[in-house]
Amino acid sequence: MLDNDPFVIVENDIVKPGKGQAFNRVKVRNLKTGRVIDRTFKSGESVEAADVIDTEMQYLYNDGEFWHFMDPNSYEQMAAGEAAVADAAKWLKEQDICAVTLWNGVPLSVTAPNFVELEVTETDPGLKGDTSGGGGKPATLSTGAVVRVPLFIQIGEVIKVDTRTAEYVARVKD
Amino acid sequence: MTANSRTPLWRPATDISILQLRAQMLAAIRVFFARREVMEVETPVLAHAGNPDQYIESFSCHSGDGEDGHELFMHTSPEFAMKRLLAAGSGSIYQICKVFRKHEQGSLHNPEFTMLEWYRSGFDHHRLMHEVEELLQALGLLEPGRSIRRISYRQLFLEHVGLDPHTVDTSLLQACIRDRQVRLYVDPGQAQSTDHVMSKDDLLALILTHIIEPEISSEDFLLVHDYPASQASLARIRNDDQPVAERFELYANGIELANGFNELTDSQEQMQRFICEQQQRELKGMKKIPLDQNLNAALAHGMEACAGVALGFDRLVMVAANRQSIQEVMPFPFDRV
Repeated sequence: MLDNDPFVIVENDIVKPGKGQAFNRVKVRNLKTGRVIDRTFKSGESVEAADVIDTEMQYLYNDGEFWHFMDPNSYEQMAAGEAAVADAAKWLKEQDICAVTLWNGVPLSVTAPNFVELEVTETDPGLKGDTSGGGGKPATLSTGAVVRVPLFIQIGEVIKVDTRTAEYVARVKD
Repeated sequence: MTANSRTPLWRPATDISILQLRAQMLAAIRVFFARREVMEVETPVLAHAGNPDQYIESFSCHSGDGEDGHELFMHTSPEFAMKRLLAAGSGSIYQICKVFRKHEQGSLHNPEFTMLEWYRSGFDHHRLMHEVEELLQALGLLEPGRSIRRISYRQLFLEHVGLDPHTVDTSLLQACIRDRQVRLYVDPGQAQSTDHVMSKDDLLALILTHIIEPEISSEDFLLVHDYPASQASLARIRNDDQPVAERFELYANGIELANGFNELTDSQEQMQRFICEQQQRELKGMKKIPLDQNLNAALAHGMEACAGVALGFDRLVMVAANRQSIQEVMPFPFDRV
């Protein structure tokens, strides 16, 4: 905990003169904002540990303001705000299992599954005889996300997307 | 940490070519001292007494099972035992050995590392600095005949931060740290000022490591000498206008390689300094270390004037091999043992 925010240590190096006090030069990432900052500590100094845990939770629904998740083991439900869900929002499909980081028991950040399967709700009709190679066109998915897909993909089809790169992976056959 | 950290853990973290370089450098160092009739010695790693330096933590173990028997400390440098040899009339001596320091792990630190330490009877620290240059020349790291720039600790601070480290007060050091954007963590439980937790020497150490060392990293070698008396450690203090400790450090590209002293030979003053360190340890809630009474008795018997220097051999290999971290020049750094 630094300045009342939870941080994770990215890098930690000891610097020490020939004789005398040692310091730890630490790079830390703010778990709320994602920003990385430098801090120097006197070696041996202690800092309050942030009560942060990573859990897997099932996404239930969005009520217009909050995204609701459930712990699949305890069935306990939690609501995450826009700041915590952030970019993951456009990939969240009901029933999907997401990684949710909790700080003091409250969702701090939500990470969508690496791969999601979503239905295409809007795209230009493809050209006949086209193959999957080359070109492509934008497609809007059921969650509102827009990805580039091959020309043969049609409205109503389900596709697999890599959420880390926002790239089309494959068409999902029924 | 490095590309090597992806290799399986049983493997050495370094290339075999680096190990060959280490072996060649060790052989060349032994030739260098043999030619000068400096005797190689070996002293114990384990001792009943330890180093009370408040900034160094010793590993310890017990002579019996578990906590039984005597507690023994692994040496953090072979200094005390080598001084007992000097007092016994050994003449100039050197040692290449493993030393151990708890918690020191980072890109320039490994808790177990190799030290080259040598003592020269009748030398002062300036003459020993010259011999350090000759050693670097013998290893092909410094051009023959070239001298390394020497600068006093005072001049170093004046040039880089415009402050005289001997006379400046802590508020100006604090201001310097703020101005140069060193982001020091301040415990919110403490007062706004870092005065409570940072002594003047701590502030000087912070400025040296965070502001000055990066600025001198463009210089291949640099010798810094005459440190504040409060940082004398086991060096003689010379009473100029401002008392200074006759200590020097060798830097290579901003990395400290060696630390030398015009050695303190006064047993009473030595014991006084040990007791001061011990008191600081107690204030900080650190473990008390039994003081070396054998060293004290040796100094009381009489040790001839000499200068000594401890050089981090692994860091020297880093310089020779142009590597950025100490783990890259060790076969099995601490994460592989």
